Amino acid sequence: MTGAHTPASAAATITGNRGLRIEEPLIFEQGDPAKSGVDLPRPDDRPDRLGGLARQGPIGLPGLSEPEVVRHYTRLSQKNYAIDSGFYPLGSCTMKHNPRLNERMARLPGFADLHPFQPVSTVQGALAVMEALSAWLLGLTGMEAVALSPAAGAHGELCGMQAIRAALDARGDEHRRVVLVPDSAHGTNPATAAQCGFKVRGIPGDDRGRVDLAAFKAALDDSVAAVMITNPNTCGLFETDILALSRAAHEAGAFVYMDGANYNAIVGRVRIADLGADAMHINVHKTFSTPHGGGGPGAGPTVLSAALAPFAPLPHVVRDGEGWRLIEHVEGDMRPFGRMKGFHGQFGVFVRGLAYIMSMGKDGLRAASGDAVLNANYLLARLGASLTPSFEGPCMHEALFDDRFLKGTGVSTLDFAKALIDEGFHPMTMYFPLVVHGAMLMEPTETESKASLDVFCDTVLALAEKARAGETALFTEAPRHTPRRRLDETRAARHPVLRWEPPAPAPVHAPAPAPRRVAAQS
Amino acid sequence: MRYLPLTDSDRRAMLAGIGAASVDDLFGDVPAQALDAARFDDLPNHETEMAVERRLSALAARNVAAGSVPCFLGAGAYRHHVPAAVDHLIQRGEFLTAYTPYQPEVSQGTLQYLYEFQTQVALITGMEVANASMYDAATGVAEAAAMACRITRRKHVLLSGGLHPHYGAVTETFLRYTDITVERLAPDPMGIEDRVGRVTGNTACVIVQNPDVFGRLADLTALAQECHAAGALLVVAVAEPVSLGLITPPGAMGADIVVAEGHAIGSPLTFGGPGVGLFATRQKFVRHMPGRLSGETVDEDGRRGWVLTLSTREQHIRREKATSNICTNSGLIALAWTIHMSLLGEAGFTRLARLNHQKAVALVERLERVPGLTVVTPAFFNEVLVRLPGHDAAGVVDRLAERGILAGVPLSRFWPTWPELADGLLICATETNTDDDVAALVAALTEVLR
Repeated sequence: MTGAHTPASAAATITGNRGLRIEEPLIFEQGDPAKSGVDLPRPDDRPDRLGGLARQGPIGLPGLSEPEVVRHYTRLSQKNYAIDSGFYPLGSCTMKHNPRLNERMARLPGFADLHPFQPVSTVQGALAVMEALSAWLLGLTGMEAVALSPAAGAHGELCGMQAIRAALDARGDEHRRVVLVPDSAHGTNPATAAQCGFKVRGIPGDDRGRVDLAAFKAALDDSVAAVMITNPNTCGLFETDILALSRAAHEAGAFVYMDGANYNAIVGRVRIADLGADAMHINVHKTFSTPHGGGGPGAGPTVLSAALAPFAPLPHVVRDGEGWRLIEHVEGDMRPFGRMKGFHGQFGVFVRGLAYIMSMGKDGLRAASGDAVLNANYLLARLGASLTPSFEGPCMHEALFDDRFLKGTGVSTLDFAKALIDEGFHPMTMYFPLVVHGAMLMEPTETESKASLDVFCDTVLALAEKARAGETALFTEAPRHTPRRRLDETRAARHPVLRWEPPAPAPVHAPAPAPRRVAAQS
Repeated sequence: MRYLPLTDSDRRAMLAGIGAASVDDLFGDVPAQALDAARFDDLPNHETEMAVERRLSALAARNVAAGSVPCFLGAGAYRHHVPAAVDHLIQRGEFLTAYTPYQPEVSQGTLQYLYEFQTQVALITGMEVANASMYDAATGVAEAAAMACRITRRKHVLLSGGLHPHYGAVTETFLRYTDITVERLAPDPMGIEDRVGRVTGNTACVIVQNPDVFGRLADLTALAQECHAAGALLVVAVAEPVSLGLITPPGAMGADIVVAEGHAIGSPLTFGGPGVGLFATRQKFVRHMPGRLSGETVDEDGRRGWVLTLSTREQHIRREKATSNICTNSGLIALAWTIHMSLLGEAGFTRLARLNHQKAVALVERLERVPGLTVVTPAFFNEVLVRLPGHDAAGVVDRLAERGILAGVPLSRFWPTWPELADGLLICATETNTDDDVAALVAALTEVLR
């Protein structure tokens, strides 16, 4: 440890707090079970009708007043990095600005306060929202049908792959049980294929970062049900052979599933129907700006080709005279493969996504994908000379670097990412895709200004210089300016502590333990 | 365009730096054929915030907000009062606009609330551990079925007819293309479900709901013992999480996995989604569990902190061998749930549950005096099944809707081809129902059933 890099934790305070950075105990370590932050009327005293199943004994929940709860969660929020507070170039995650109009619209009582089983005559506006979103998604993708109900990207993959399985079964193609997945794919792709009873076979990439067309064609035989292809792919590159890939797949009797995680690069410019896709999920929480919320909720509407449309899961919204009808059960000759989710899908996310799409329009979406690609290429151009780009540009919406530029410095991709945290940035995606060593995948999105990109580039370039100059500790000891420094993940996995437990009663005459919330002093 | 910060002069400068003539040039890898084919002529151009707000508000106005009329709908979605502080806090940008907490040093806020969420879920379900959320209860039940098969290495799943039909349908769909067989018992709102002999040495789990979809409360202790004697697991679904403030939790009855729909605590109805699936189990099964987990650890300075843990179960590490393909889950709805639970606390949560039950008891006492109506459910929490002999319940609901009353959910909404269920109506009362609401419902039902 060098004197220049003394950990911030060394400057101890009495409380363990550091100005705005305040230590906050768990909610269970506060309050008094007798308190509550909610005033409720006194229940009547009628004899209960619980059939003798009344709960015995306390639950063990803490009790806090409203001001205490508000302060607790406000303090917790201040320990998070977010797109609202800074640049978040997390590749493959499309961390774009989340417009607040979306939030306001989703909270209109006519949307937020709707019960899913109200008579359909009382929810015509909600069905119109679902229909309007569907019309947009079909118009933008050129596809035949859309299943709105999947709850997130991986759930949309499941929807698309189950539709493929249903279509194969319907045509008696029950021997097709292999799904081809490029080595660069997201982990959800093979996990989804396995969940649909398919065997996964990997397809290597070529030295241009694309699917190896020859290897792909060689793998196509009459056991192949589908290929799951991400386009633009996870190296941030457009699959230049996409038309040949889909043609070959179709000629071999297989379907083409397109992973829509990277749809933001092409929305408003390319229709995936024109690329030969049979299905693609759309991450409304990426492409269409609805917030990621620290891990959801998302929505993963899945567009389907004519060959798969008959198998779309329930429910469906259809035109009925002047109004709309919600089909919740099989009617006529429809052949839905089932139901993906309770109720009617992520309606609150639909409203938000529609508000964004209407705000942008087809011209705005085209401008957005253009700026997203421009911003990524700007990063590639400015950083390319100092870092090591994995593949030749131009890239699409994200730029991929590997760790060759760190060779011999003693600094890893992880260390580099942690140093970026100290500089006030959220790191890029690390170690994904798996096809390059020590991957750094940067996705700036279109909602970042040039000034913001320039500050980021200046910082990355300066850090790369410092790494090469041997200032290793700057990286290996990072982050030092965060609420917590590097956390022991091995310990967390070896001895899982997944919930709070009340402390064991202290033995009599034992000295009082030191309060846990005060930071250890080094 | 208000969401795009780049100016034309920025774009020119950036293109010059890149060495490209235009933005379109950057799309040179896209086949020209596809670029040329793309036509979006039927789609509108951008609109101002004011215009979008006006158009969406007009669509919202075409709906009847449940809170604007007496509303007695449940059947898996329950309308509760959510304190104002909840929605305020979840809209803090640091929560709302963060990604999954992959960088723990700058995500301690999310990781700590998920740990609090996991603890609260474990406490109210009476289980040992809980995960950081599933999409909703329906998908959670499906995942529980798959998990039980992994644990027991068996391939047969038995679903009670009292399970919410959406949970049953989603489970069937989810497992449809696996080697797992799903057996779904028929809905039997009047009888006692005959499960004897159905739990065999091949059964991975039995999945029941409590209260069941017809509102019935049951002691599941004997069923749990029967399952365990056969080497099977008991999975219990809970559609109304508030019930756990008053009734014996599934964990105390011997459940091995508990799945609950959480949205009724902390979130508005929102037409049924997004929800949040609560998922709890025993410590010994934790490595078979799907979904994310926040775990306690220490940082380099020895200070307590949290990380995502046991990720070797998950798709981004295990790929086709993962316990689930789930990635994005329901973090923000879990946060709303946790904040609402924290506001309620022990005293508030148990009082809210008692209040719901007392409202339902009061409603049932009134309904029992309505001629032509029979309350079927003997022991209940806040929802009962009533039968309207000689009447089509859906028709009655429509007639009451015309009078501005959302009377309940007709069973035909779930089982349209079962004539013997056509006179069944699910009616639910929560703390949001006033005495006037109840009087209006009773008066309208009395009139319509006359």
